[in-house]
Amino acid sequence: MEKLYIEPDRCKGCGYCVRACNKEALYFTGNVNQKGYDTVAVDDEKCNCCTACYRMCPDYVFEIR
Amino acid sequence: MAKVLMKGNDALAEAALAAGCRFYSGYPITPQTEILEYLSWRMDEVGGEFIQAESELAGINMVHGAAAAGARAFTTSSGPGFSLKQEGISYLAAADLPAVVVDVMRIGTGLGDISLGQGDYWQLTRGGGHGDYRTLVLAPASVQESVDLMIASFDLAEKYLHPVLIASDAAIGQMIEAVEIPEAVEHDIDQFEWSIKGCKAGTEPRKVQNIYYHHPDYEGFLTNKYAEMEANEQRYEAFEVEDAEIVLVAYGISSRICREVVDVGRAQGVKIGLIRPITLWPFPIKAFELAKSAKAFLTIEMSILGQMVDDVRLAIGDACPVDHYGSIFEIPETDGVLQAAIAFLNKVKGEV
Amino acid sequence: MKIKAPDTVTFTKSGFCPGCGHGLAVRLIAEVMEEMGLSDKLLTVVDVACGSLNIESWKFDTVLAAHGRPLPVAVGIQKVRKDNPVVAYIGDGAAYSIGMAETMHCALRNDNILTIVINNSLYGMTGGQCAPTSLPGQVTTSTPHGKDPKKAGMPFKVEDAFGGFESIAYLARGSMTDAANMNKSKKMLRKAFDKHMAGQGFCLVELLSPCPTNLGLPPLANIDWIADEMMKYFPLGEFRGGA
Repeated sequence: MEKLYIEPDRCKGCGYCVRACNKEALYFTGNVNQKGYDTVAVDDEKCNCCTACYRMCPDYVFEIR
Repeated sequence: MAKVLMKGNDALAEAALAAGCRFYSGYPITPQTEILEYLSWRMDEVGGEFIQAESELAGINMVHGAAAAGARAFTTSSGPGFSLKQEGISYLAAADLPAVVVDVMRIGTGLGDISLGQGDYWQLTRGGGHGDYRTLVLAPASVQESVDLMIASFDLAEKYLHPVLIASDAAIGQMIEAVEIPEAVEHDIDQFEWSIKGCKAGTEPRKVQNIYYHHPDYEGFLTNKYAEMEANEQRYEAFEVEDAEIVLVAYGISSRICREVVDVGRAQGVKIGLIRPITLWPFPIKAFELAKSAKAFLTIEMSILGQMVDDVRLAIGDACPVDHYGSIFEIPETDGVLQAAIAFLNKVKGEV
Repeated sequence: MKIKAPDTVTFTKSGFCPGCGHGLAVRLIAEVMEEMGLSDKLLTVVDVACGSLNIESWKFDTVLAAHGRPLPVAVGIQKVRKDNPVVAYIGDGAAYSIGMAETMHCALRNDNILTIVINNSLYGMTGGQCAPTSLPGQVTTSTPHGKDPKKAGMPFKVEDAFGGFESIAYLARGSMTDAANMNKSKKMLRKAFDKHMAGQGFCLVELLSPCPTNLGLPPLANIDWIADEMMKYFPLGEFRGGA
């Protein structure tokens, strides 16, 4: 079963992924990473591993495996 | 190879090929254009790359790329065009890249004119572009020496990983003399670890950029690099210097006249000698140690301001007076140089 | 579908601003190189501006060129290393202002290099000054009252200037504003690399790219601005070699 993995330390909080997600599976957590950015998390129930978030992420936060 | 008659510019171009150079990019400007024209057909014959660039800026930057890829590469220009090369020369120096740039000097500031000159001495020897650097500068005084120094320049550029300049001039570039081109050597573009060739997985990528971004002791490294060049690479010829009271200092075309001045002067009983710098930088201060009896030094240059005077003063300290004789409009003539030398020597003696 | 950004770009964390488009463009290059099996062959030249930071954030042999000169540097490299792909990665200021002569003549000679132009409508590294690509009325740090086309001209469109060069291999503009356009831009890059490796000559792909820091917009608002305003002047598509 494929699953979306997130590396929050890479995230800069731009929000491109949240906009790109048609399933509204991504959301800001309010958890600030080491760089000081609000980071994203995924609702696995909603995610269908479509790769849109991966494609729009400038900081290589996402991986589907 | 037997001696052949060749024009200075053509011989210099052929010498680059003999040194294994297979990349040239340049732009037309008199009096260096023969180099570009010669290589436009000759580079094809040897399987190298010739590009007539859209500008001197593009020409030097193509050399930047070819050098970064490991090739022996060079470009040539003159006067206003040589000014445009400075941006690229500064980048070559910053990145520790070996390449050769030839300045076939012409007269004047700004546009100047196409006739011969020696007015780029400061630009050649002081760095020329922005930043904290200098380059080795080799000044041929004959067609044969254009060949010999062109070949040496690539070896020096690779020895120090640094750009090397050739300070030719319109007279040396345009004259035809008998010359022998040494047997050609081949250059392997893969011989340097630092040259870009593709980054294998699991290895560190090569970064050709200002080396100070990563060097752990850049200031020490650079200080040593220049100190080594100054210690090891001074080249000169000295004629009748040991007992000379007046010593001429001249390079390139002017030095050929001065060689005759020494003979004529000596025949008249004048204790006159000549130091001919072959490296303009590092300036051959070792030559001045030979001039033990000198009472005065006179630089002979095609310049109004006497651009080499400062370097002679730095070489000898306060030992004796230094002056300059020359014109930007014509090559100094034997009689004029000798009279100026005698007059200067008499003036100095009168002051003593 | 399983997906992971190539190791050539994920070995470190990028130093670009939040929402900057460089990270997107760099990943596309790395993906295409991985697919083509050329990751260990690619030779790159970067300009001195923000794109120069790539020298620390991708694992490709790289030369840092003077501002506006990456194309002639790339030409020098390509003539020496004919079997390697050679990319000049530059901004719109380098491509269309200080390096315009170099861009024009590489296209005129149909030099076999691949140029990627990151068009963000301004000078990023120096703090957001007006560029040849700035829009009419666009407020920048050197056009505080908005860019006046009567003084500074209309936005420079590469297809108007180079579209008539019949010999060049490829000329296209993509955008990095949404996932669908990222896919299209990647296809453009793949096509350009295919032509480049086939020795067909000059390829230039311009990518419309966000620069939230210097446009003074939040990243998502910057994306909207590109789609709503920038694309009026910079239509997407293939202008040469698309068929």
